[in-house]
Amino acid sequence: MIQEETKKATYNIPVGPIHPALKEPIRLALSVDGEEIVDADVFVGQVHRGIEWLGMNRNNPIQSIYIAERICGICNICHPFSFVMAVEHAAGITPPPRADYIRAITAEMERIHSHLLWAGVAAHEIGFDTVFYFTWRVREEIMDLIEYVTGNRVTKAMFQIGGVRRDITEEQLPRIRQSLDYYKSIYDKLEKVFLDDKTIRMRTMNVGILKKEDALKLLTCGPSGRASGVPKDVRQDQPYGAYADLGIKAMTPDMVTGTVVGDVYDRIIVRLLEVKQAVEIIEQCLENMPPGPILAQPKTAVLLKALTQAEGEGLGRAEAPRGEVFHYVRMEAGQSTLATWKVRAPTYVNLMSVPTILKGMQIADVPITFASLDPCMSCTNRVVITDRAISRRSVIDYEELHRLSVEKTKELPQ
Amino acid sequence: MEKLTPQAIIDSFGKELGDGFVGGSVYEREVAVKKNKFRSLWVEVKKSAFRDAVKHIFHLQEYPHLAIISSSDLGAEVELIYHFTIYYGYHLEELSLGLRVKLPKNDLKIPTITDLIPGALFTERETQEMMGVEVVDIPDKRRLFLPEDFPEGAYPWRKDEKGPPNDMLRVLPGREQK
Repeated sequence: MIQEETKKATYNIPVGPIHPALKEPIRLALSVDGEEIVDADVFVGQVHRGIEWLGMNRNNPIQSIYIAERICGICNICHPFSFVMAVEHAAGITPPPRADYIRAITAEMERIHSHLLWAGVAAHEIGFDTVFYFTWRVREEIMDLIEYVTGNRVTKAMFQIGGVRRDITEEQLPRIRQSLDYYKSIYDKLEKVFLDDKTIRMRTMNVGILKKEDALKLLTCGPSGRASGVPKDVRQDQPYGAYADLGIKAMTPDMVTGTVVGDVYDRIIVRLLEVKQAVEIIEQCLENMPPGPILAQPKTAVLLKALTQAEGEGLGRAEAPRGEVFHYVRMEAGQSTLATWKVRAPTYVNLMSVPTILKGMQIADVPITFASLDPCMSCTNRVVITDRAISRRSVIDYEELHRLSVEKTKELPQ
Repeated sequence: MEKLTPQAIIDSFGKELGDGFVGGSVYEREVAVKKNKFRSLWVEVKKSAFRDAVKHIFHLQEYPHLAIISSSDLGAEVELIYHFTIYYGYHLEELSLGLRVKLPKNDLKIPTITDLIPGALFTERETQEMMGVEVVDIPDKRRLFLPEDFPEGAYPWRKDEKGPPNDMLRVLPGREQK
């Protein structure tokens, strides 16, 4: 609903972040000329919870794993993955190889579920709800598998400093293979739906283009960067977890189309390719998983004592579904908390490309373009629109924006 | 560009920066079954040589990736580490490069690098509001995460008297105020 804004009611008055109609809070300020966007600005911080502060002032490193897991509901493997690697580097702990493999398997399961979730949201943003329902139905299979392997659908509590908390046993393998076979059987259909459909092609091709040079300058990472032709993938670039043993290759859209455009369509290609790649990685990991213990130090009290005495600094990098997650820790002997903890989530850098990709777009393209980055705060809850032509400022909410996007799809020449 | 070994990279910093170079080290650890090595480099420079050091990284990699700036309150000084990665895009060849610079508490200023790396803006804004380090010539001085009503002159990551005031901290049931 478009409401005229009075002088006093500036857009600083929060309808979000805590509002029953909103998913995740973030605000974009767009300047438009008629329908065309000429400038955009991003406002973040509405859900800053001071997590690093808690790790530096209140919690011991083992407690901080639980906090790291709750940084993001979707990336609740890659944050603790990165965090425990950083602490292991700082404290000089080496996880047993079997744990490295289990870590990679759970991380790839997370990638499948996250990319399918994103694909469904993208379809919804352009008003193609049949595809949205179909994709999320397909996603349920991996959610069931995650629950089967880790015991939980969402926060999995798999990670411990120096290993993992649950093993994958021989009896579990047939059930895991069954899910992987399901994804292999359905992949062609997914590819056909997302890459060949006329409506999706019309709404996503040449929309929200991020050129390779801009992606490199703005530090864009993950599938959004790879879709612009930057072959950067932590799993390929740096040895960590079981990925160090496998020959991972960064997925770029030219593998399918032969060229790199850097538009929304290319971002769909990269994510679909990565779903296929994730299934293959899990299969390779199951095949090559070495036997042995899953924890370097099974006694938590002993581990905690060692961590309190540890001195040093370490960093952990992991490829999350959205890009590189980075954790830096510094530990001081005799201090129960971490001395420094710095977290970098992929959306942190990917948001910087928002003004670039939105410029020149139409308002109705905002939902799909913004969602194509898969921002962790995925909801453009409120957008302030300044119309240059009539210099009127109005507030347009998410429902209205979504309606505009759906209308644009309906108006496409069939 | 020709790829240098980790030690050669550290030596090249020494050669390029002269007196501005404080020291460097290489950290390695073996990973998983095949024992491929995770490698990271740590280079410490003086504040006066900081921008030259960042420019030197551009000799190693056309577009160095800056992950984040981490900052630690060390008591008398604040330590900033600029976490770069270079040589990305090739199988297991990427190196993490931490560029360390220490600032005395009475002169918490560091020049911006957004002219070299436009994407550094968010992390510079965050360092400014969270640690109280002034980023000189930053193109966008606004806060990033902190709300507008957060008190001026208080910085959440500081461990001295400039940290967040005690009355802002909620104490959990059963715990005591530190």
